[in-house]
Amino acid sequence: MDTPVVEMKQVKKRFGYIQALGGVDFKAYPGEVTAIVGDNGSGKSTLIKILAGGLKPDGGEIHIRDRVFASLTAKQAIEQGITTVYQDLALDNCKDCAGNIFLGREIMKCKILLDHRLMRERTKELLKRLHISIPDITQPVEKMSGGQRQALAVARAVYAGGDIMIFDEPTSAMGLKETSRIMELFLDLKKQGKTIILISHNLFQVFDVADRICVLHNGFLVDSFLTGDSSPQKLHEMIVEKEEEMTDEEMV
Amino acid sequence: MRKWFSKYSQQIFLLAVMILICIILTAESKYFLTWKNIKNILEANSYRMILAVGMTFVIASGVMDLSAGAVVSMCGVIMAVSLHAGFSVPAAVALGICSGAAMGALNGILIHYTGINFFILTLAVSGMLRGISLMVTDGKPITRFGQEFIFLGIGRIGGLQLSVILAILLVFVSFPLMFHMKWGNYVTALGGNKDALEKSGIHVGRIRISVHVFLGATAAVTAVIITARLNSAEPNAGMNMELDAITAAVMGGTAITGGRASIGGTVLAVLILGVIRNGLTLMSVSSDYQQWITGFLLLVSVLISEIRVRKTGALMK
Ligand SMILES: Nc1ncnc2c1ncn2[C@@H]1O[C@H](COP(=O)(O)OP(=O)(O)OP(=O)(O)O)[C@@H](O)[C@H]1O
Ligand SMILES: [Mg+2]
Repeated sequence: MDTPVVEMKQVKKRFGYIQALGGVDFKAYPGEVTAIVGDNGSGKSTLIKILAGGLKPDGGEIHIRDRVFASLTAKQAIEQGITTVYQDLALDNCKDCAGNIFLGREIMKCKILLDHRLMRERTKELLKRLHISIPDITQPVEKMSGGQRQALAVARAVYAGGDIMIFDEPTSAMGLKETSRIMELFLDLKKQGKTIILISHNLFQVFDVADRICVLHNGFLVDSFLTGDSSPQKLHEMIVEKEEEMTDEEMV
Repeated sequence: MRKWFSKYSQQIFLLAVMILICIILTAESKYFLTWKNIKNILEANSYRMILAVGMTFVIASGVMDLSAGAVVSMCGVIMAVSLHAGFSVPAAVALGICSGAAMGALNGILIHYTGINFFILTLAVSGMLRGISLMVTDGKPITRFGQEFIFLGIGRIGGLQLSVILAILLVFVSFPLMFHMKWGNYVTALGGNKDALEKSGIHVGRIRISVHVFLGATAAVTAVIITARLNSAEPNAGMNMELDAITAAVMGGTAITGGRASIGGTVLAVLILGVIRNGLTLMSVSSDYQQWITGFLLLVSVLISEIRVRKTGALMK
């Protein structure tokens, strides 16, 4: 078996009195899609935000290839080849498609001037290649639909590249056709040997693309298995069961 | 074409207002459209232009700086004291500009690291700076600095006042700075979505502090001009200047919540406000009205931009 590219050990995070993560171990392998599932508030986004930098864990270690971090800044994470599509998308609504895709990695001319024209052209090519249809790419993001915004965030990640790609519910607002295109994209990225981490509530989607599934519940990793060893039905039952178990415990 | 029109609707509107006002004033007074009067308007508004351009960057970054006027007075006092202490003019001016930049940095650092609302912070800094100016000057103006310094306020080069040349230069530098360079791109992104900028791996604090340093420096240049013109530094100088600057920037179409900026709009707005002041003076209307009108125009421009936002269905961040 391959060695994991990403390994998080006993990662903890508290927000006031809420224990968002209570010591989670997580691994992701190259050329694989690792899915993280769990109910709302189970700590999925918190976990990947710690990996993507910017959110400081209270404890634990983050191993990326052969380096160990106690916490990362967003910049360090990017330098480690981590690209993230956040659940809130992290787009600047006042800027247009090109402005967002190239934020932080602008194309320059004469060293100091932004090459708006070239960036716009590259944006057009990129969106076309990913089959993303946005009628007017020069309008600000605030005028785009929810699904279009998600697609733009995915396109931004694809342009950024990086060996480790994190997607936090990237298709929750997308139509069927758009979603299946993104699924194809995942398979394509997987073939390129990238390490992909996918958070999704759509269990069928998860079983379609993921190689490995991690189940979070109330800030703990309750299960982790290979996709072949389970089925959407079994996973669904498991998540629901956990929920009932917990309510029972609370009642006692 | 329609897209272009809707993008610049506020600026086109301002241009129309400007032309209208000019037509009315030309009809009212023969003197209005003379080169002498135009030069007059430019000279009277050069320092306002400089501060408004600085403020445009700060507003684009998502905050406002209510201490700009106090920074102007503090810089004036610092330069006055150092000139009287025997500093050469270049040394005193350099000291003034560095102090302005430092006071800007203080604002930026406070806003970034404390996370407290900019309104309260810059208001507090404003109070402190005014207090220090009063303490240093004992509430009395410091006057008489010699011809070399006064030249900076009223001196002419090739027929144009130095301050006008400075203002024009600043405007021309600001266009590429805001729209065609990384720094300006990050300044507007900071106002548009600070979180997104941070997640793109940019050091947000550096951008925040540098944009306030920029405003601080423009406030210091403003201080040089008015101190030299009056041949006097006063603790009460620059009173309400920040309001004029904010009014001009917002009127010009820079979003109050940040993220979008218009240098051309700011220039137009400063000129409109200047022309109105000039017109009122020509028609011998009391200067008390001018304050009233500035406030009123701020209200109207905020209303217009709000209506525009609602009509286009654009989100306010
Ligand atoms: N910035 C924050 N401040 C306070 N509490 C937070 C913060 N971020 C997350 N939490 C809390 O941590 C817990 C885990 O949140 P998280 O966003 O990781 O959940 P999630 O699994 O991604 O849920 P969802 O499926 O709804 O996206 C929640 O109870 C949430 O209230
Ligand atoms: Mg989440």
